[in-house]
Amino acid sequence: MADLRSNFIGIKSPNPFWLASAPPTDKEVNVRRAFQAGWGGVVWKTLGSEGPPVVNVNGPRYGVVYGADRRVLGINNIELITDRPLEVNLREIKSVKRDYPDRALIISLMVPCDEDSWKAILKQVEDTGADGVELNFGCPHGMAERGMGSAVGQVPEYIEMVTRWVKQHSRMPCIVKLTPNITDVRKPAEAAMRGGADAVSLINTVNSITSVDLDLFSPQPTIDGKGSHGGYCGPAVKPIALNMVAEIARNPATYGLPISGIGGITTWRDAAEFMALGSGTVQVCTAAMTYGFKIVQEMISGLREYLDDKDIAMTDLIGRAVPNVTDWQYLNLNYTTKAVIDQDACIKCGRCYAACEDTSHQAIAMGPGRVFSVKEEECVACNLCLDVCPVENCITMRELAVGEIDARTGRPVRPYANWTTHPNNPMAQAAE
Amino acid sequence: MTNSQLTPGVVPGRLPADSYAANFSDVAPPLDRHEAQVAADRCYFCHDAPCVTACPTSIDIPLFIRQISTGTPDAAARTIFHQNILGGICARVCPTENLCEGSCVRMEAEGKPVEIGALQRYATDHLMAQGDHPFRRGPPTGKRIAVVGAGPAGLSAAHRLAAKGHEVTLFDARPKPGGLNEYGIASYKAVDGFAAREVDWLLGIGGIRLASGKALGRDITLEGLSADFDAVFLGLGLQGVSALGTEGEDRTHVTHAVDFIRELRQSGDLSALPVGRDVVVIGGGMTAVDAAVQAKLLGAQNVTIVYRRGQNRMSASQHEQDHATHSGVRIICNAAPLKVHGNGTVREVEFMLTREGPNGLEDTGERFRLPADQLLRAIGQKLDGVPSDLAMSGGKIAIHGPGRTSIPGIWAGGDCAAGGDDLTVTAVAEGRDAAEDIHAQLMEAAHG
Repeated sequence: MADLRSNFIGIKSPNPFWLASAPPTDKEVNVRRAFQAGWGGVVWKTLGSEGPPVVNVNGPRYGVVYGADRRVLGINNIELITDRPLEVNLREIKSVKRDYPDRALIISLMVPCDEDSWKAILKQVEDTGADGVELNFGCPHGMAERGMGSAVGQVPEYIEMVTRWVKQHSRMPCIVKLTPNITDVRKPAEAAMRGGADAVSLINTVNSITSVDLDLFSPQPTIDGKGSHGGYCGPAVKPIALNMVAEIARNPATYGLPISGIGGITTWRDAAEFMALGSGTVQVCTAAMTYGFKIVQEMISGLREYLDDKDIAMTDLIGRAVPNVTDWQYLNLNYTTKAVIDQDACIKCGRCYAACEDTSHQAIAMGPGRVFSVKEEECVACNLCLDVCPVENCITMRELAVGEIDARTGRPVRPYANWTTHPNNPMAQAAE
Repeated sequence: MTNSQLTPGVVPGRLPADSYAANFSDVAPPLDRHEAQVAADRCYFCHDAPCVTACPTSIDIPLFIRQISTGTPDAAARTIFHQNILGGICARVCPTENLCEGSCVRMEAEGKPVEIGALQRYATDHLMAQGDHPFRRGPPTGKRIAVVGAGPAGLSAAHRLAAKGHEVTLFDARPKPGGLNEYGIASYKAVDGFAAREVDWLLGIGGIRLASGKALGRDITLEGLSADFDAVFLGLGLQGVSALGTEGEDRTHVTHAVDFIRELRQSGDLSALPVGRDVVVIGGGMTAVDAAVQAKLLGAQNVTIVYRRGQNRMSASQHEQDHATHSGVRIICNAAPLKVHGNGTVREVEFMLTREGPNGLEDTGERFRLPADQLLRAIGQKLDGVPSDLAMSGGKIAIHGPGRTSIPGIWAGGDCAAGGDDLTVTAVAEGRDAAEDIHAQLMEAAHG
């Protein structure tokens, strides 16, 4: 059976599934329940400086976006960092770590941007026996208004500066958590690397308003008639997160920088995708908040089964898809596919037809008896029919062999060629 | 209580007094909001959806389900009522497994259709509960139209004509409007006086004058109506009942299932309604099932439906048949009545076993008898009392196009008209389409 033990920047855990710093990891009782359920690691909810802790709203903290059957697709939150006294958190961290020495316990931190504040808290965290720290440069709401969280994460120079302080004043492994609320995620990642970070984790939550109450005319969650933007997470943000993880993984400047992937991971499959794009561990929050801690058991069994079926080690999975993430200009423009509809699997809903006829290339015919078939002479292989078909594998894309006639162009499929050499490209390089 | 299920003969009060309300409660309780959301989520919003094609009134089902799923059930109801003003009763009585639900692509996918009927009821109940009528009449046309028969076809025609701005007089032979909805379906399908409430709500459009207790041929004549009105629509239904033609059929407690159902529907006290201990129902349609199940629910000990052909030929839907057998009714197929035995009162019915032969049903020569103290005939209704100058076809009023009869100015639809399938929903469609045709002709004449 596949070995899921993880060693991420020296932090060991029995599996790569960590709970992200978030509401589920705010208290000893929660973290103990998580470890009992089988989570490999926990990033403790962000600690602030000593003194009176932050306060949270006393109205609703979460907004939600549903899919069919009220499946949670996304949650946004306006909860701040821990609102419990620092000493209580530190005492609980020490207690949990003592009882679960084999699990990863990382402490998320967010203190004002001065060296003394960081120096002070690092010492206190080290005394708990925790395995490492994660610098919260991502939180987009509330704390950012006070010059912390994403206010730091949006300025690469600050990231580098604070990271340098942390590495200078602590022996602990340091993960820098990045905000997606920027234009180019490679810049903050490079800054973290320059500052000496051992790893980056991403993404933190995305600035969002999940919905508007159409009676109160206020964003949700609504606090006494007003709403504020929150941080969006859950399955809906996974595509954004995967792209950002891939951008860092394939960036020559940050190549090899360990990544802890975060963003809508709900099943083993999501986790495996993040790992294939270079994540050494993954962090989960929304799925646990939706279904409880038990979901990790499916993640463990699913990843094991996948690795066993593929007959590869977990370390072989990590980063395996990175070489296949490329720029559009290098895609093979001669690669040609055609949609094929399996008539036995087709349930005749006609959604492929509506999608293609109304919004694409009029490449599906609707025949007597609701028989839907592909007009290869029109099909540009856009894939939309397959995407909207409710039956998995009913529509597939058939690859045309080189030399085969493409019914749409009437010409044989040619070997690999991309935009850089295409005659329509004014910048095309002359073929040698 | 003096009578029980074991008491011989046709007697009332076989059950404890509190059993009746439970037995005759809603056979398919309405979906609540959550159930409706879950059910609506299953709709794929098909292109040119097969369910719409399968609906005789062509309700835009994917659209109304989408409207439910987005929290606008009243908009959903308007989508339904626009095509089928009797969408409420149709949601309750349509054999959906043969129509919309039977053609749902989810049947192909996993054998479980979207619950279209239940969703339609959810939406229509929601809007009807608001009390307001959802449609407004068009400007008055000054045209007067007679609609004869206040059943599904007549109500549908009357509503559409009133909506167009015509003045409608709606005649019905019976004291109450509603036709089969009021008198002819099992009470557990339309509880709490739904049929009557629906008619009241439908009449809320205005412009329809109800003239109850007026029978064609007795109180009104076709010639008179043609003279007094600009157009006439006949939605007479089928008032005649067929006899078995079996020896001994005249014995006491041998009656028509439609009469049994009508009395039950109009009864104010079900415990006072007499029912046999051993009830035999002859027939294979919805009426046979409605009568048999209700006899069982009234406390009959043994209820048997006997149908002369194979089960696959029964016109009662599979759902109805299942409902009957789940209710404790036994169904015997391939058996035809030969003789009703008894001394004045029915005591036994003798049957021959049949099989399908090249020239129709054949007698296999085998015989059996069923004890019976009540025999209900449910072998079909027929058209009675139609004015002789209307052309007929197969015992019904011949029509061409959208309900046009052989006499200009007279239209017909529903069960009394040739063609169709004797379904409520088909009657609604025919009434609606005839109304559109009447409107088009009258307006063309007015402007021409």
